[in-house]
Amino acid sequence: MTAYFQIDGVPIPFESGQTIMDAALAAGQYIPHLCHNPEFRPHGSCRVCTVRADGRFVAACTFPASEGAKVECASDELRELRNGLLQMLFVEGNHVCPGCEKSGACQLQAVAYYCEMLAPELPHFFPRRHVDASHPDLAIDYGRCILCELCVRASREVDGKSIFAIGGRGIKAHLLVDSPSGKLGDTDMSVHDKAAHVCPVGAILIKHRGYDRPIGQRLYDQRPVSVVGDVIQAEETRDD
Amino acid sequence: MTRPRIATASLAGCFGCHMSFLDIDERLFELVRHVDFDRTPLTDIKAIGPCDVGLIEGGCANAENVEVLRAFRQQCKALVALGACAINGGIPAMRNQFSLQEILAESYLDGMGLDQGQIPNDPEIPLLLDKVYPIHEVVQVDHFLPGCPPSGDAIWTFLQELLSGQAIRLPYTQIHYD
Repeated sequence: MTAYFQIDGVPIPFESGQTIMDAALAAGQYIPHLCHNPEFRPHGSCRVCTVRADGRFVAACTFPASEGAKVECASDELRELRNGLLQMLFVEGNHVCPGCEKSGACQLQAVAYYCEMLAPELPHFFPRRHVDASHPDLAIDYGRCILCELCVRASREVDGKSIFAIGGRGIKAHLLVDSPSGKLGDTDMSVHDKAAHVCPVGAILIKHRGYDRPIGQRLYDQRPVSVVGDVIQAEETRDD
Repeated sequence: MTRPRIATASLAGCFGCHMSFLDIDERLFELVRHVDFDRTPLTDIKAIGPCDVGLIEGGCANAENVEVLRAFRQQCKALVALGACAINGGIPAMRNQFSLQEILAESYLDGMGLDQGQIPNDPEIPLLLDKVYPIHEVVQVDHFLPGCPPSGDAIWTFLQELLSGQAIRLPYTQIHYD
């Protein structure tokens, strides 16, 4: 007999060992998320997928589904909480959407649209972070990194190169590149690596194709992330 | 019932949001049947009086921006951050990656092609702030309408909802940050 739990009253089937997120995704029930990607071990760092499971706030991507659990996802309380988390992600970095190649196909932006966030209403940090354009095919804008560790996980688990890591703690946490100079150009990273394609924001960019899709035809221009799916799925089915 | 009064200003912006405001096209005729305009580049009135709505384009980059913004806050019942620059500083805030000294030196002293450069210091030129600030970091802001610029349709939806006292709720395609 299949076991079920509920998300906002909708019954969701699950198998033993699945997280709330795994089961929800399999059942076509969207839970906003940024650092989660079903191909990798859950990380639970962005907290955007926070839901209330039997009264407790938990990250849906790391919390196991259990028989009969009542999970709230779309309540006003959770929307507000999620909106606050998104606003913090925006003000901690330098997210200048009008000047970013990823705009329109950025998952941070798309999740914020889905959550109807109109503006980050907090004080902006404007951290001073540099751009690494040393690699011939890739660029890193550290100001846009949201520390989701998807590139870290992809490089380690799929590419077997472990080029990326997160160093520092708290507000000083930052993305590191494993080369003597700290530059991406001095690693054996390839544009064909998984790690080059998993960035949900415009932190790791593939060069020579910026603004190749006109406004109106970009990934999230017409339909929300809940319908279109994550950046990586679209990235891997790109026809060019 | 008195007609709502609207004022608009562009601070550290490019006037793109004002151009987009004009992009509501024929709907401008309907708008002026219901509202009066106070200080705005559309009327060329220079000083703001008591208003119901103030639309602010652009962030705060210099002392004059702050003065205009404070006057708007004092006079407007509802103040709106219109567009990316008012909301988070936008493109002008990319200068926040550098110190003011570095920027002035690059622009006026050491930049390419400069000969005997000097930093402008005419008293009529408003002093630059240390960085470009989103307007809600300077005054209380009541509403935010994102976009670079917000589309004419988004501005129209927003004004209709605001002036009729409804909650602001934009359709998916009218919320964008670029």
